[in-house]
Amino acid sequence: MAAHRCSLSALLLIICSLLVFIVADSEKATLTGDHHATAVDNLQTVTETEEGAAAEEPAVEEERRWEETVVEEATADKEDTSAPETVVQSSVPQPKDDFQEELVIRPLHSGDIYASFQFRTLWETDFMRGNKVSHYRLFPKSLGQVISKFSVRELHISFTQGYWRTMQWGQPFLPSPPGAELWVWFQDSVTDVDGTWKELTNVLSGIFCASLNFIDSTNTVQPSASFKPLGIGNVTDHRFLRYATLPREIVCTENLTPWKKLLPCGSKAGLAVLLKSEKLFHSSFHSQAVHIRPVCQDWQCKTTSWELRQTLNVVFDLHTPGQGKLEWSLFKMFSRTLTEACPLASSSKIYIDITDDPQGEQFEVSPATHLLSQAMVLGDRRTFSVYDLTQQITFGTVRSLNLLIRWKSSEGDMLRPLLHAERYVAGYGLQTGEIHTLMYNNHPYRSFPVLLLDSVPWYLRLYIHTLTVTSKGKDNKPSYIHYQPSKDRVRPHLLEMLVQLPPNSVTEVTVQFERALLKWTEYTPDPNHGFYVGSSVISSLVPSIVAMDTNSTREQPLFSSFFPCKEESSYFMRVYTEPLLVNLPTPDFSMPYNVICLTCTVVAVGYGSLYNLLTRSFQIEEPSPGLAKRIANIIRKMRGVPPL
Amino acid sequence: MGLLSDPNRRRALISLLTRLNAPICVVCYMAGVAWFMGLAFEPFTLRTYMSENAMGSTMVEERFPAGERALGTGREFSAHKKKAGGMPVDWLVKTMQSRGLEVFTQRFSRRLPFPDEDKERYMVKGTNVYGILRAPRAPRTEALVLSAPCSPGDDNNQAVGVLLGLAQYFRNQVFWAKDIIFLVNEHDLIGMQAWLEGYHHTNTTGMDWSPLQGRGGSIQAALSLELSSDVVTSLDLVLEGLNGQLPNLDLANLFYAFCQKIGVLCTTQGKLQRNDWDSVSGYSHAVQTMMLMVMKQASGRPWGDHGLFLRYHIEAATIKGINSFRQYKTDATTIGRLLEGMYRKLNNLLERLHQSYFFYLMPSLSHFVSIGYYMPAFGLLALILLLRALDLWIQLATPPPGVLSVLTPLVISHLTGVALYTLPIHFQEIAVEHFPVSETEAVVLTAIAVYTAGLALPHNTHRLLTGRGTENGWKVLKLVAVLYLAVLLGCTALINFSLGFILALTLVPVAAFVTPDLCSATPACTLLFSVFLFQELQEMPVSFLDGWMLYLSVISQGILDHALYGSLVYPLVALLVYPCWLLFWNILFWK
Repeated sequence: MAAHRCSLSALLLIICSLLVFIVADSEKATLTGDHHATAVDNLQTVTETEEGAAAEEPAVEEERRWEETVVEEATADKEDTSAPETVVQSSVPQPKDDFQEELVIRPLHSGDIYASFQFRTLWETDFMRGNKVSHYRLFPKSLGQVISKFSVRELHISFTQGYWRTMQWGQPFLPSPPGAELWVWFQDSVTDVDGTWKELTNVLSGIFCASLNFIDSTNTVQPSASFKPLGIGNVTDHRFLRYATLPREIVCTENLTPWKKLLPCGSKAGLAVLLKSEKLFHSSFHSQAVHIRPVCQDWQCKTTSWELRQTLNVVFDLHTPGQGKLEWSLFKMFSRTLTEACPLASSSKIYIDITDDPQGEQFEVSPATHLLSQAMVLGDRRTFSVYDLTQQITFGTVRSLNLLIRWKSSEGDMLRPLLHAERYVAGYGLQTGEIHTLMYNNHPYRSFPVLLLDSVPWYLRLYIHTLTVTSKGKDNKPSYIHYQPSKDRVRPHLLEMLVQLPPNSVTEVTVQFERALLKWTEYTPDPNHGFYVGSSVISSLVPSIVAMDTNSTREQPLFSSFFPCKEESSYFMRVYTEPLLVNLPTPDFSMPYNVICLTCTVVAVGYGSLYNLLTRSFQIEEPSPGLAKRIANIIRKMRGVPPL
Repeated sequence: MGLLSDPNRRRALISLLTRLNAPICVVCYMAGVAWFMGLAFEPFTLRTYMSENAMGSTMVEERFPAGERALGTGREFSAHKKKAGGMPVDWLVKTMQSRGLEVFTQRFSRRLPFPDEDKERYMVKGTNVYGILRAPRAPRTEALVLSAPCSPGDDNNQAVGVLLGLAQYFRNQVFWAKDIIFLVNEHDLIGMQAWLEGYHHTNTTGMDWSPLQGRGGSIQAALSLELSSDVVTSLDLVLEGLNGQLPNLDLANLFYAFCQKIGVLCTTQGKLQRNDWDSVSGYSHAVQTMMLMVMKQASGRPWGDHGLFLRYHIEAATIKGINSFRQYKTDATTIGRLLEGMYRKLNNLLERLHQSYFFYLMPSLSHFVSIGYYMPAFGLLALILLLRALDLWIQLATPPPGVLSVLTPLVISHLTGVALYTLPIHFQEIAVEHFPVSETEAVVLTAIAVYTAGLALPHNTHRLLTGRGTENGWKVLKLVAVLYLAVLLGCTALINFSLGFILALTLVPVAAFVTPDLCSATPACTLLFSVFLFQELQEMPVSFLDGWMLYLSVISQGILDHALYGSLVYPLVALLVYPCWLLFWNILFWK
């Protein structure tokens, strides 16, 4: 056997040496091909726009990659794979996996600070081919096993504490609803999707220390149009999609710790050292997410790799009234400074959004940097100062980076976000109610269609015939409606609509509902708190404000590229409304004992006798005759004389 | 029930009830009144206690420092109010924004059905300004409200000052779990009604308002603040809301607990609580306090801005600062600390306030009478009606009672009721044209005219009655009327005990003993009597003429409350109590 393997490897070595040149060529193609962006023209078929951030310092990049693969080479022999491509890589090192990290900081108009972390791990492997993947380097093993065991094609999970205030803060890079949200596309090889989904949620519940195990059929829906795959692949049959939210989920440190453990450097080095829970949870908004999807490795999309994106968005409230001098620093926000990049990262950068302040009039950033970068983010061209943590010069003489922004003036108004939405429950009393969803199109002259997704629990019985959509006082007929009625205790209502929002208008969607009376074991331990209804999801291609971007060769940072665009003039946007808290008719749970006692008494004492009184007629019975009289009567009877 | 299934004993019982009917009724009446008066006696009442765990055991520390600055803001507000000649909307928006709130405004307008002479308004137009303090990391599902009415004149500026001061202080705290809405509403109750209708997107009274732009989810509790002087001697808690609804008792307990903790004098119905319950004056003080609450609750009108929240199942109360001649003074900082403490406790709530009582009477702020204790008083009064009905039924049992003959007076009296309900507002224009009166007077006088016209009806309708003049005829009518009244009062007492009890107190003896020869009182007399009693209880006795004027204005206010806020007392009296009583009037003029 050993001899056989030896001869095989010798043979392969020869092939390899022949292949070296070819591979080197193809790698060049890969590096340049990274810039290619693919786009597909359908709103529903969302595709991937993949930019490599590697172009800035290709020399450094390449060197690092080579180093990494050497490490891999040592371990690659242990893998008992006979696939030729593996052997090729072991002899001709090629970057098989790659890790990038970045932090975007955007000073908001409201005086708050928005910090967005993104960590991306790319791995060229195939989980689906017979569960052979057993060696993990950068990619977390726990998630890899999840992907292969449950045949997951795409997985998106987010945990959010707080509500993104679109009107104050503008658009987030990655929107997420309050609470937990999970949506998964399964491979089309999965036969029992519901069973797999159930298992998957339980496993994820363990991985992220969250109550995802409460996801069951009563809060899971299969949206037909709103959630399309973000990675490659053209299967859009929504039988393989599951979507669920838990609006009540509270996010805290126990969710952050497992999330941080998925990072290659943990929280030991790189940007992740900033993620200290005592500061992250002392903020106005906190959201962490994990997105897994398959992406193209090269421009021909011959090989696919898996992308794991871990994102963490946080908004710090810097409101200090009465103080003229506003300033923040990394230390003030995170109580840490940066000293190094994650050694495993191929790129580690900090971007500061200085679009609103190109001349440095409103605030100044120190230490200053001359590296600038421009990117199209959410239909807007933004300018960023870039700090490259892989370069020692960034840390200066003190060997630590503590970015500092000082505000000079707090003038300037934010552009109103083009699309935002709100939702509330109207009416009073505990019998009926009405859900109002308001969608604002603030674009001055263009109308655009939006997809509204509403998933309402069964205990609010929607009267779908009362559904009205009005804009500017007129009836607005949705061009597409997908409605799946609820089944009590089995599945929720699902309502999806494609609505055209006229320019500069408010579109109001109302639907009436009746509050169901639950069985007494179905109430939560705190029934008087109310019951949550998850956020509506509004997905749309929003026309961009800025002119079309013609300079496609310019490098673009990662965060600008998550939601792909149909065309540069409009961009994909997803808006979540606030969740609803609805009170249901609730019995007084402190009373059952009294009620049981009282009803039992009333039934026992009152009912029987009252029933008697009402149904029977009473007559006075003759007192029973004495013995003598009875005998006399018998005798009289025998004689045929009437008795006494 | 074995007692009743034995025909002999049943016969005995029935004969006892019929023979001693009148004495038993009298005893029941006396017992009912005595029971009610006993409710105010302290040993018979319960001490209040905090039922809600989330507010009970947790400790909060009040640190609000800026009372003086808040008063300064109040003076600034007053200056701007004078300059603007009403609500200084722009200034308020700017001030709230500078305090870090999300600020929104709401415009509303309302044409009253007829001019309100008490408050001198007819076409009401105004703007509400509210700022939302967003709780960090909260998903906008729950909110608390602090409101201060912006009233014309120099009233209530301090309340707005304290509200803005609290907003500024609250903004810098990190512990909020619910959004806090700071609302300054113009035109007191009308503005509040507009805001609440806008918030819940309902329209019960036909008011015009612009839709709200910002919301904070479901409102858990609300406080309304009324302060008109820089220092106050005591704080008064007002609980009575629309249609006699009361907030959960825990809200009152919370207020009382913080007054005790901080050391502020607190009152309810403007009455301090006294410790000498065993003396006659102490007892009569408690009776006065309780009777005031009963009268206010019976009126069915909101006695503060909080009253309108109750319709939406939001626990709310009004806190009024009172400046009298007492020695003890409390400054704005202390009031701010009190409110801070209350809001922090409300912020801790996990569920809506529901643990404690919703039906109660308060003879003092530290004692309460729960529904289980006061209902027997009403039950005893209602029993009289049932006993009389039983008596009549037995008297009528032998000959076939012509029940259908009752239909005519029933229909006629109800039509009169409908006339009383609709005519005053619809005929005001005609009345103003033809008589030298103002619109308000026209409405009130029309109401009184319809009312008295109804009294004349029995004379004219007798011709239509088939069983006229017969002994059984009026007995059948009375049987129906007595049962009708019993059901009516029973339902009323379940919804609004005070109203039911006061109506029972005055109508039951009349209803019980009316025969074709005896004269009787009327619901109008009940109202008149109540007006005088109320003034007496408030220690502001009035002369007869003033009382009469007050009586007229109470009628117009009742009609207005119905039109503006949806108070149900006026329709209840006009559509149900008055026709029912007309039936008795029919009996009186039977022959």
